[in-house]
Amino acid sequence: MQDIRKALYVGSRSDGTLIERPMSPHLQVYRYRLSMVLSISNRITGVIATAGAALGVFWLGAAAKGPKSFATARKVTGNPLGQLVLVGWLASVVYHTVGGIRHLIWDAGYRYDKEELNKDGPVAVGVTAGVSTVLAAALLAVAGCRRSKRAKAGKVS
Amino acid sequence: MNASVPHIEVMRSQLGRARGLGAGHSGVGHWWAERVSAASLLPLSTWFVVQMFRLGGADHAEVVKWGGKPVNATMLAALIITTFYHAQVGLQVIVDDYVHGKAHLPTRLLIKIGTSLMGLLGVFAVIKLVVRSGSGK
Repeated sequence: MQDIRKALYVGSRSDGTLIERPMSPHLQVYRYRLSMVLSISNRITGVIATAGAALGVFWLGAAAKGPKSFATARKVTGNPLGQLVLVGWLASVVYHTVGGIRHLIWDAGYRYDKEELNKDGPVAVGVTAGVSTVLAAALLAVAGCRRSKRAKAGKVS
Repeated sequence: MNASVPHIEVMRSQLGRARGLGAGHSGVGHWWAERVSAASLLPLSTWFVVQMFRLGGADHAEVVKWGGKPVNATMLAALIITTFYHAQVGLQVIVDDYVHGKAHLPTRLLIKIGTSLMGLLGVFAVIKLVVRSGSGK
């Protein structure tokens, strides 16, 4: 081996045999694949899900603090912009759950071949879109119904 | 001995190999923590989504009454603890992957403290709800 840069990329396996270590992945040289978007999305949705969970804790804290704080929290959750955030949180949790289930399946040793991965990717996207849409629509409908029922009964908030 | 059998020449004792931890000094505990908490979150978050159908658009009295029930309080606390534990373990991996150098340790501590505090806040909110529900307010 003459090239010093090449020599630096020689590593050894735990049994001592020499191998050429893989180079760091330079993302820009790769052709676009759905699997790479889905992979990073699992991390991003994990972060969003955490942020949403923090908001959920604040909502719970407002309920614990008293009716006044809870009224403020309801202004946020009843607001279209607030509901958009809630739907985004829901979709992130749904995707992270679907991605997480895929990870558990891979860990168990299944569906990890190239063809299987490429087949399952679009399914994961479809399931996420379907489940998120149905849940979001149903939850918003239920919340809306309850609100308007209470308004008809003449109760405040 | 057959010549085709691979020959291992390595400066490492078989005991060291069997113990297996090497320079990492830790094993697969973190990996398992991530998976087990993830699996636990499946039923817990399903329960939460179902509860949200009962609570969507609810007023304060209804939420307090709901949170005061022992089963709901238990499930809620379990969900909160598991969620922020899983978040802590997961965010730690992200920080390990993308934050290098001097910023690494403070960022990691921040993640640990932040997720722990959010979890504690959630649990105390549940306790307060139970107390509130008991006193009929």
